[in-house]
Amino acid sequence: MAKIIVVTSGKGGVGKTTTSAAIGTGLALRGFKTVIVDFDVGLRNLDLIMGCERRVVYDFVNLINGDSNMNQTLIKDKRSENLFILPASQTRDKDALTPEGVERVLEELKENFDYIVCDSPAGIEKGAHLAMYFADEAVVVTNPEVSSVRDSDRILGLLSSKSRRAENGEKIKEHLLLTRYNPERVENGEMLSVADVEDILSIPLLGVIPESQAVLKASNQGVPVIMDDKSDAGQAYSDAVERLLGKDVAHRFLEAQKKGLLQRLFGGR
Amino acid sequence: MTADTTLDLLDNDPVFHLKGGMLTMTLVELIRLAPEQFARQLAEKVEQAPNFFVDTPVVIALDKLSEPLSDMTLRHLLSICRDHGLQPVALRGGEDFRALAGNADMVLLPPGRQREKPIEVAAEPAPKPAPKAEPAPAPAPAAPAPAPAGSGKIITEPVRGGQQIYARGGDLIVLAPVSAGAELLADGHIHVYGPLRGRALAGVTGDRQARIFCQSLEAELVSIAGQYKVAEDLRKQQWKAPVQISLEGDRLKITGL
Ligand SMILES: Nc1ncnc2c1ncn2[C@@H]1O[C@H](COP(=O)(O)OP(=O)(O)O)[C@@H](O)[C@H]1O
Ligand SMILES: [Mg+2]
Repeated sequence: MAKIIVVTSGKGGVGKTTTSAAIGTGLALRGFKTVIVDFDVGLRNLDLIMGCERRVVYDFVNLINGDSNMNQTLIKDKRSENLFILPASQTRDKDALTPEGVERVLEELKENFDYIVCDSPAGIEKGAHLAMYFADEAVVVTNPEVSSVRDSDRILGLLSSKSRRAENGEKIKEHLLLTRYNPERVENGEMLSVADVEDILSIPLLGVIPESQAVLKASNQGVPVIMDDKSDAGQAYSDAVERLLGKDVAHRFLEAQKKGLLQRLFGGR
Repeated sequence: MTADTTLDLLDNDPVFHLKGGMLTMTLVELIRLAPEQFARQLAEKVEQAPNFFVDTPVVIALDKLSEPLSDMTLRHLLSICRDHGLQPVALRGGEDFRALAGNADMVLLPPGRQREKPIEVAAEPAPKPAPKAEPAPAPAPAAPAPAPAGSGKIITEPVRGGQQIYARGGDLIVLAPVSAGAELLADGHIHVYGPLRGRALAGVTGDRQARIFCQSLEAELVSIAGQYKVAEDLRKQQWKAPVQISLEGDRLKITGL
């Protein structure tokens, strides 16, 4: 049975698109047929991060409106046989995504894929609601700061009350993904710790992704950071995908690096 | 992002949210027109439960009234209400009251349906004489007066920011954390077997015997029968401790559990 996973947060700029690209790619690299669906109408970041922006012809709204069919609209990833992208529309009209249309497209995708990863827009309004409504599981992306945690808390409230599963008396499986984690700043008391965030949100921790230069580098190159298996963020995302698949993997990158004398002198990272 | 899209985004940024809210509102349902008796009976109620009548918004329901009501009588009744600490905010009744409402600067709400139940304004315990010498090992609080029938509501999932839960006619029991930005309301007691980080309002229809129990007091606001304390005051004592909160006189009393 295909699984629909929504990557959501409430707050913008916390790493949802980065995470959707990484998790989608990670699942595909492990042999699962995966499609990443960009729900962020009007912004369209996912195809940039996936490096397929020059191959976009049709989009989600075209597909809903019947201007194109599934084959014409899905973009096949260059790196993995198993990975496809459904790009968002550039249209300004946020109402272009209708609940019936989204449901129809997701049902069709379910017949052909193992995983459907939905990259949610920010906010708690219609777009974010549509992205989560049909989900089986949710990856709630949170940064270690109070406003982000609050927004995630609200999103968790919507997941447990305003989703199709909730309406049917079922539960969406919830995962906490703490991103842009900076252990030094946590030690200095400038950011919330993993324990603080877990205490407030009280849902299982899927992973902690460190704040990392590798993320910006990867997105500039149009390569999902999970492909950079030398980088801390890439490894942390791989661990998270393993956990999503049910493996028990120890958490890493939670402690500040002890800086050596040379590093301290030259301020290296 | 171009300047154009930035503008566009700001343009669409919501300035307000329309929300379906639920307010508990006291109705003053007029059965017959007798301003003198009205004033006297209202005064008696106020004496029983002064706190219930501090700036309490009320709706004056006229549905049951069969006698004709004049502008002048209405104005008289409204001023009696205000004299006793009630704040009439609207009239309720059929279309024939529209002109009357307009003249009195009141909103007219459509006639009510069933499901309203009389409020027993709980009599305040007469100032207790002797046994108040706070024994150190505080015994378990004497079983509080049972909440009105209808028992209560049990919630097993976390209550998140933006969510509101109301236990009408009984207790509210939450077996999970209550987040900042969440709101719990109950006519009876509120129990939270987890941290209470949001707002908890017990005895919202005036039950002064209602209490709030929680495993960790981190609330934004707690209130019993309209008496409240905000986080700023709560932080001064028993913060993050397991406590019970009760109403003593017109002050909230916080005791460790
Ligand atoms: N772990 C990380 N370390 C450093 N920068 C990050 C990390 N995750 C995301 N970012 C950066 O944060 C910004 C927002 O990320 P994005 O995935 O687009 O967020 P969202 O989709 O939630 O708006 C991007 O510039 C991205 O490169
Ligand atoms: Mg995004």
